[in-house]
Amino acid sequence: MADASRGPGARLAVVGAGPAGIAGAVAAADAGITVTVVDAGPQIGGQFYRQPAASLHAHQPGALHHARGTWASLRSRFERHIAADRIRYLPDHHVWLAQRTDTGYRLHALVGPEQERSAPVSAHALLLATGAYERVLPFPGWTLPGVMTAGGAQAMLKGALTLPGRRTVVAGTGPLLLPVAAGLAAAGARIEALIDSADLRGLIRHAPAFAASPGKLVEGLGYALRFARYRVPIRYRHTVVAAHGKECVEAVTVAALDRDGRVRTGSERRIACDSLAIGHGLLPHLDLALSLGARIEDGNGPGVRVDQAQQTSVPGLWAAGETTGIGGAALAEVEGEIAGGSAASWLRQAANPDRADGGSRLLVSAQNARRRRRLRGFFAALDAVYSPPAALTDLITADTTVCRCEEVTAAAVREAVREYGATDPRTVKLLTRAGMGWCQGRVCGPAVARLVAECGGAAGALLDGASAPRPLARPVPLGVLALDDPDEEGTREHP
Amino acid sequence: MLIRRRGTGARTEVASPRLAAASPESAFVLHVDDREIEALAGHTVAAALLRAGVTSWRRTRVTGEPRGVFCGIGVCFDCLVTVNDRPNQRACITPARPGDVVRTQAGTGHGDGASPGARDG
Amino acid sequence: MVGAACAYYAARAGLDVVLVDRGPVAGGTTGAGEGNILVSDKEPGPELDLALLSARLWREFAAEPFGSRIELEFKGGLVVAADPRELDALHALASRHRASGVEAPVVAADELAHLEPNLADGLAGGVLYPQDAQVQPALAAAHLIKAARVCGARLRTDETVTRVLRAAEGAVRGVATTRGEISAAAVVNAAGTWGGAVAALAGVALPVLPRRGFILVTEPLPRLVRHKVYAADYVADVASDSAALRTSPVVEGTAAGPVLIGASRERVGFDRTVSLPVLRRLAAQAIGLFPVLRPVKAMRAYVGFRPYLPDHLPAIGPDPRVPGLLHACGHEGAGIGLAPATGHLVALALLGRATDLDLAPFRPDRFEDRVEQAC
Repeated sequence: MADASRGPGARLAVVGAGPAGIAGAVAAADAGITVTVVDAGPQIGGQFYRQPAASLHAHQPGALHHARGTWASLRSRFERHIAADRIRYLPDHHVWLAQRTDTGYRLHALVGPEQERSAPVSAHALLLATGAYERVLPFPGWTLPGVMTAGGAQAMLKGALTLPGRRTVVAGTGPLLLPVAAGLAAAGARIEALIDSADLRGLIRHAPAFAASPGKLVEGLGYALRFARYRVPIRYRHTVVAAHGKECVEAVTVAALDRDGRVRTGSERRIACDSLAIGHGLLPHLDLALSLGARIEDGNGPGVRVDQAQQTSVPGLWAAGETTGIGGAALAEVEGEIAGGSAASWLRQAANPDRADGGSRLLVSAQNARRRRRLRGFFAALDAVYSPPAALTDLITADTTVCRCEEVTAAAVREAVREYGATDPRTVKLLTRAGMGWCQGRVCGPAVARLVAECGGAAGALLDGASAPRPLARPVPLGVLALDDPDEEGTREHP
Repeated sequence: MLIRRRGTGARTEVASPRLAAASPESAFVLHVDDREIEALAGHTVAAALLRAGVTSWRRTRVTGEPRGVFCGIGVCFDCLVTVNDRPNQRACITPARPGDVVRTQAGTGHGDGASPGARDG
Repeated sequence: MVGAACAYYAARAGLDVVLVDRGPVAGGTTGAGEGNILVSDKEPGPELDLALLSARLWREFAAEPFGSRIELEFKGGLVVAADPRELDALHALASRHRASGVEAPVVAADELAHLEPNLADGLAGGVLYPQDAQVQPALAAAHLIKAARVCGARLRTDETVTRVLRAAEGAVRGVATTRGEISAAAVVNAAGTWGGAVAALAGVALPVLPRRGFILVTEPLPRLVRHKVYAADYVADVASDSAALRTSPVVEGTAAGPVLIGASRERVGFDRTVSLPVLRRLAAQAIGLFPVLRPVKAMRAYVGFRPYLPDHLPAIGPDPRVPGLLHACGHEGAGIGLAPATGHLVALALLGRATDLDLAPFRPDRFEDRVEQAC
């Protein structure tokens, strides 16, 4: 049918099956909307609720998570909707392109780990719940095997019940370090140290925001107790200055930071280890939002700009969870629920424009609005406490690799800015190849932006290189790209 | 406690049964270059390699540096490895399957660059 | 790139040069270019003469210190024809090229594989153009600018020209920008696809229109494609006046490893939205020429806007309507290749010396009788 019916058969597509996406799908399905959930992973849960594969027969998978109750309930509601054919769940689908069409949206996803064929998904409305990934600022030795992101170490543990090593240093900054270190310690790793560049006095400055979320404070205290129990030394206002080793990491050098985040010379200490789990906070995946033209803002870090109902600047496009700004799993669930309800209402209203829905546009329950406000405030305060000091770029020596994919050194980046007039990250990319490799600048973007700023250039409209458009969100085989999509211009959906 | 020791004894991997109390289905064999390692159903290629004490399975294109897992979630593309003749697979998101042939790679992954497992280009 | 070349030659000639861009170095079409340095796609006449001069100057650049840092490769181009009809047209063009002094040996169908082992079977034949070359455009522009600065040129980026300042009698006396005024005896409009807007600041019309193109970039590969390889209908696309989408395969390897795949042309204003149908066509046509590319991954796609003038010749040289104003823009898809010749000619014009090419075909005011508006 050529006419876009947004009636009972209307469809919402959700990208991402983490807490935000699942909450959104469930809320929309609860309101009678049919939903397709598309996710790159093999199981729902995203990063936060990552489960070991079923075949590992983990007896107590919940033991790896610290907020079991709400997720279990959300998951069973999700499964009930699948059984009732209200939700179609497509795992192992890697969205490489999202387009607006006359009737809504069309997604193109590579299927399976091989990613050698593409499947289209159409919908009248779209919810982006694409989650986040870790920011790691470079330092000498960070490319050594055995150095991985804190989230990566956690993913190994949660997904494969595997430790990164026997003697692990957890480092960087950000609230993620606590559960990572605690999880690894509980699983039998020896955590040689937890190294965090944050200054805890920030916690006092932001006390009201923290006090408003007492549950979170209790959580924090829980970590402190666990670290005491596992005898994990914690060093705040410290950073890893270098990782050492030949074929893999064998030790790290750690140093204290002064008030300005600069290394205090003479404070360097060497810690032997065989693994380093390091992260400097999280960054949202913004590719699909950018390619659809949604406005991005830089609140506490970059995120898709949304209104009270989680709608973006593009009609029919919602965003929830880390995609709108880093805020953790609980906030993601609240935002997802709001977004799903809002999208459902929008779809129903468009199908029945004459029917007065009595304020159907008021979609945010007072309770959800309160929770969202409280959690956002909490994470804004956390962001302020855990912001990596600008002076960390001092650690990036001339021959430190900045772009891991293309092996571009800091010297090349600085030279491009200082000698060749590359006053922004995109031009640095053109002149040095930093950001042109497989990961398309996701990992090196933040470092390049900081180096540009350090050398007097403009870091770009948004820090962390978050505004770089990526029309192809994933590498696509040319043979797959070359295939005509018979419904390219049409409105008919594929089963 | 499950302990895997590499030949050189340089690293050991531990997966504690204390927390997740996993009793996995029977293990199977993965061929990695000229050796065999054990993998468990449900593991990714990266997990199987790490558990076998292997921390790197790729040499970079320009400087020939070793790389293994970095981000662990399929974003950084550092963990590229050749699986069943398909180059540049992200080991951290590729499930290990019985009989898989995994080869370390170098260069572009398409047969250039010297490496024990490289195809003739 | 064209602005960089103008600055380079002018500064080397001893002129006091200020180079202004509203964005960063290589921020316009240069950053989206493939780096074509071609004689093979030029019609004999002023266009080809310009290309031959420029190809010679690129070879001089190779001998400069920066020559080895800009991925400059004199790899040659191979133009292939799919069928006998196309082959006839290609042979005819090649014959006219040879009459104009271009090396253009014919390649029989069974010789193609020797030149390009991965080329598809079944092509009717081709022509080799040894004088075709390739460069990395952003690097080239950056290095030319650096060399110009060594000779005293000044670079001002992220600064927008808002007015061309004129003296009482109408001659140019400088520009006003978002940061103040720059006095100058001459102003060179090298604003590429935005050249019409800059010309308008001086009160004259120059009907430059954007012609959108997409490029696909693959993962890094071992050397699979040795030359710049393109289909014979590419020449027709370049010469076409059509605003509608035209695509023709252009495939080349790069020194860094990825293969670049072009080329599409369409007049859709400055719309940057990714066009999936265009990307599909580019991918399909590239596989048509090089089947080995089928499993290869496209890592990224980018868009650029070629500066198109109605008769496919750039605007180069003094503007008779405004003393002191010169133009150096409108090179369509050949800006990179033609930049050195353009810069060289502009420098001569600035010095008031005779130019080694007649600038009459490139006169900026030749469109005065046209109704078309610059954008």
